Amino acid sequence: MFEYNISMRTILHSDLNNFYASVECLLDPSLDGFPVVVCGKKEDRHGIVLAKNMIAKKAGVKTGMVLFEAERLCPDLKCVVAHHDLYLKYSRAVRRIYLEYTDQVEPFGIDEAWLDVTSSPKCGGDGVKIAEEIRRRVKEEIGLTVSIGVSFNKVFAKLGSDLKKPDAVSVISKDNFKSIVWKLPASDLLYVGRATKEKLAKLNINTIGQLATYKKEILINKLGKWGEVLQQYAKGQDVSPVRKYDEREELKSIGNSITFYRDLKNDDDVYALLILLSESVCSRMKRAGFKYASTVELYIISDKLERTLRQSHLATPSNLSAEIADTAFALFKKHFSWDRGIVRGLGVSVSGFTGEQQVMLDDLAGNREKQERLEDTIENLRNRFGHDAINRGIIYTDQNMLDIDIKGTAGSLSSEVATANPLNLAKY
Amino acid sequence: MRKDISVIAKMMSDKKVVPLQIVWEDGRIFDIDKIIDVRPAASTKGGGMGLRYHVRIGQNERYLFLDGYAWFIEV
Repeated sequence: MFEYNISMRTILHSDLNNFYASVECLLDPSLDGFPVVVCGKKEDRHGIVLAKNMIAKKAGVKTGMVLFEAERLCPDLKCVVAHHDLYLKYSRAVRRIYLEYTDQVEPFGIDEAWLDVTSSPKCGGDGVKIAEEIRRRVKEEIGLTVSIGVSFNKVFAKLGSDLKKPDAVSVISKDNFKSIVWKLPASDLLYVGRATKEKLAKLNINTIGQLATYKKEILINKLGKWGEVLQQYAKGQDVSPVRKYDEREELKSIGNSITFYRDLKNDDDVYALLILLSESVCSRMKRAGFKYASTVELYIISDKLERTLRQSHLATPSNLSAEIADTAFALFKKHFSWDRGIVRGLGVSVSGFTGEQQVMLDDLAGNREKQERLEDTIENLRNRFGHDAINRGIIYTDQNMLDIDIKGTAGSLSSEVATANPLNLAKY
Repeated sequence: MRKDISVIAKMMSDKKVVPLQIVWEDGRIFDIDKIIDVRPAASTKGGGMGLRYHVRIGQNERYLFLDGYAWFIEV
């Protein structure tokens, strides 16, 4: 009988190449051969690039760039408006192919997924053959290309999928990982963001190999427990499992993020958008059947594309969008200063769901209950008459905010539900 | 190029869908004489994806796609 040994796993990480732009090019053959970007609003000259195709990428166009900057790099640039419903359709179609090989399919955002094919009966259980077959099938059946990394853990599989793009399979095995992975910059490792990269650089750790061989005690001393975890990743000792795919699985967190059509330049802008995001998150939380959340997470993307992720625990679990927004705003004030730049995108997510809530001493007058009734009424009005039937005054400061129903698809870059891994949100 | 068209099809008890005739935009109806192959595929000429029926209509072979509940043909 087949025995599952954690150190003998075969993990695939599959990444759909230039996903949004590829779907657009697929559906409109007239875009063929042109540099293409996907943006929020076409008529808005200050629109921001959400995704680009390979030709635009080669010309230097980057995600998050303002549209006119991209046009300066590519005069013949074609700009298409995002169709999030289509991206979901294609993402699901690709996922259906993955699920033919294993039920352990863990999505990472809309365009990436890990697959544990250790026990797969397909292709004789050979990971490379499975990866090649998936690559070929996605191309033939869906019309998109994927890059797949094949390895013995999730972290290296993810690294592998970045090695060769597009339409390729890369293998990082126990025999070759030192020669392939260790020479790569430490920031290529999953979860090593800007802040960690800087901390590592101070220790003179610039490559994954240096991280793997560094003295553990000093790492723990400087980076805490996280330092030890990262070193295990660098050594190929990541044992985190690939979760089983189940659409009805219990949600661990619910989040929304958005790259706004223009830069956010002051606290009022940020607060207004946090209100929108929090309303959407609360509404989805209620629909998913959760009563209260105890943790709020804020995600900030600056105009320099620096990403910050911070979380805060609520003293009293809440389902009130105003409280969630206030908590997120407090996080923002604490962790972002305007001299660092301007804000291009924001995300709010809640987790730690609970059905119980302690009555706060100062709430014996029932203010919270009133607030809850008010928010329920707003939700009912929106369900009956549409999202823009009622809005907070602050939203009227910018006409474009009125057009956004984050819970739906208009204007939002990501309304995917983040599951076990709260870092899913950080991808956007 | 792709052309969205109407199709007269038979829904089988095993959930398979068998296209029998295509209805052109001017109302002409053409019989599908033979289904040569069926597989999920992307439309390389027209853009889109779906269940691809490789069919013979008279002397011509064509790719006919079923995407959800909508049909289109590569021309």
